[in-house]
Amino acid sequence: MRSSKWLEEALGGAYGSGVRKAAEMILALAEAFEAEGLVPVRSAHVSGVSYRTIGDYGLRFLEELSKEGVRVRVEATMNPAGMDLARWREMGVPEEFAQKQTRIVECLRRMGVKPALTCTPYLAGNRPERGSHVAWAESSAVVYANSVLGAWTNRECGPSALASAITGFTPKFGMHLEEERRPTHLVEVEGRVEGTLMYSALGYYVGREVGRGVPSIPKASGASQDELKALGAGLATSGGVAMFSTKPVEDVPRIRVSPSDLREVVEELSTGSGGLVCLGCPHLSLQELETVYELASKHGVRGEVWLFTSRSVYEEAVRLGVVQGLERCGVRVFRDTCMVVSPLEDMGVREVVTDSCKAAHYITLMTGGRVSVVLKSREECVRGDESR
Amino acid sequence: MVSKKPLSFLEGVNVETGVITDPELEAVGETVSGKVLVFPWCRGSTVGTYAIYGLASNGVAPSAMVCVEADIVSAVGCAMAGIPLVHRVERNPLTVIRSGDYVVVDADRGVVEVMSRRLGKRSRRL
Repeated sequence: MRSSKWLEEALGGAYGSGVRKAAEMILALAEAFEAEGLVPVRSAHVSGVSYRTIGDYGLRFLEELSKEGVRVRVEATMNPAGMDLARWREMGVPEEFAQKQTRIVECLRRMGVKPALTCTPYLAGNRPERGSHVAWAESSAVVYANSVLGAWTNRECGPSALASAITGFTPKFGMHLEEERRPTHLVEVEGRVEGTLMYSALGYYVGREVGRGVPSIPKASGASQDELKALGAGLATSGGVAMFSTKPVEDVPRIRVSPSDLREVVEELSTGSGGLVCLGCPHLSLQELETVYELASKHGVRGEVWLFTSRSVYEEAVRLGVVQGLERCGVRVFRDTCMVVSPLEDMGVREVVTDSCKAAHYITLMTGGRVSVVLKSREECVRGDESR
Repeated sequence: MVSKKPLSFLEGVNVETGVITDPELEAVGETVSGKVLVFPWCRGSTVGTYAIYGLASNGVAPSAMVCVEADIVSAVGCAMAGIPLVHRVERNPLTVIRSGDYVVVDADRGVVEVMSRRLGKRSRRL
């Protein structure tokens, strides 16, 4: 296990106590999960960036770590923050929150973590090759990495992804082993599934049924990248799924999903009837911004519509004039954050409309139901409710 | 405190009070503070680690955790919070332990002992 010279030196304190702690964490995990050894990683993606979700204790932890001159050794990106770093006032985020949020981002930046500020690092320059081992946190990104990119990662937490970024290693267990990546269930889906809402609901339903397994969903082999993104987010939320497949498989338990099962998921997660339209859980791709623009310019937009994306995609969309077009339609495009990890209640938001089952699940639980959510298809979200 | 369903620490527990807020769970409305939390595994947010750390910072953390199969989120959370965590015991803790039982958890030796109130002084080793 301790085969790397650098690691030995790190454990001995040669690079400071922060690096030593990171190395100790990786070894402790390896021991706890009876890992075969350690594997070097090509990149890391760190979750736990929003002040809303990590609080003062998380900020303290990161500031103490960054004080010791710790730097990452491999490419590392970070998850969304609790606000658009430039336009937080416009979002209604309180000043005190903004100050603490800024400190968290600065901390991670000091350590060398790139401020991609997105749950879609694969659309922001962190796109590992098929077969490469990485240490990613952010459950939706983990599923996408394992299933769509063909990379190999466990469901890391923020601190362990950071520890892997600092040491360059992750314990070789779980999804770093071939045998753990084989499908455990076959999912048979009746009827047609299309669009982000339905794929999101499919993921949510299957995740709950499968728990920690690897479901094979052959129906999804015809899905677009954005639909797969939504599917992965749903899977990762209701269960502990780290990967799905679309290859046919035999001799495993079968799960049947009917259109009414998906409708039930949508109804179950909908607690309200209208509100602020929020799209971007996971963060929208360039294609999705373009599609929303087409819908908005064709049909017009009723009420407030907020889109969330990464700065990387945003910059590209500005170059193409898409952001400007959206803004002319009255749509706001924010970067760096999303409706799940921003402090909605402090911002005065009480009702949300979205097409993401993940967002609906988290918003309801994290606000104790004080913020209502209603699920609609993306098109319905953009076109707005005719009766309002 | 036994939960037969997986737990999510970020979205399922109030970090300030330790009260379980997830309506899907049997133990909803009860506090985890000072309890030995017994559950299958963690689901949901990978930021649950910080929530566990937050529970400890606020003095309302469980005293120990016993999982059927721990995962990185709970393992690192417990490590940061200084909470002993045991998993992969020989007998399924969900079938042996009941909410209300008194349990002794020794993470150094990897042993969980149950001393059930209902059965008086009898203790069972897992």
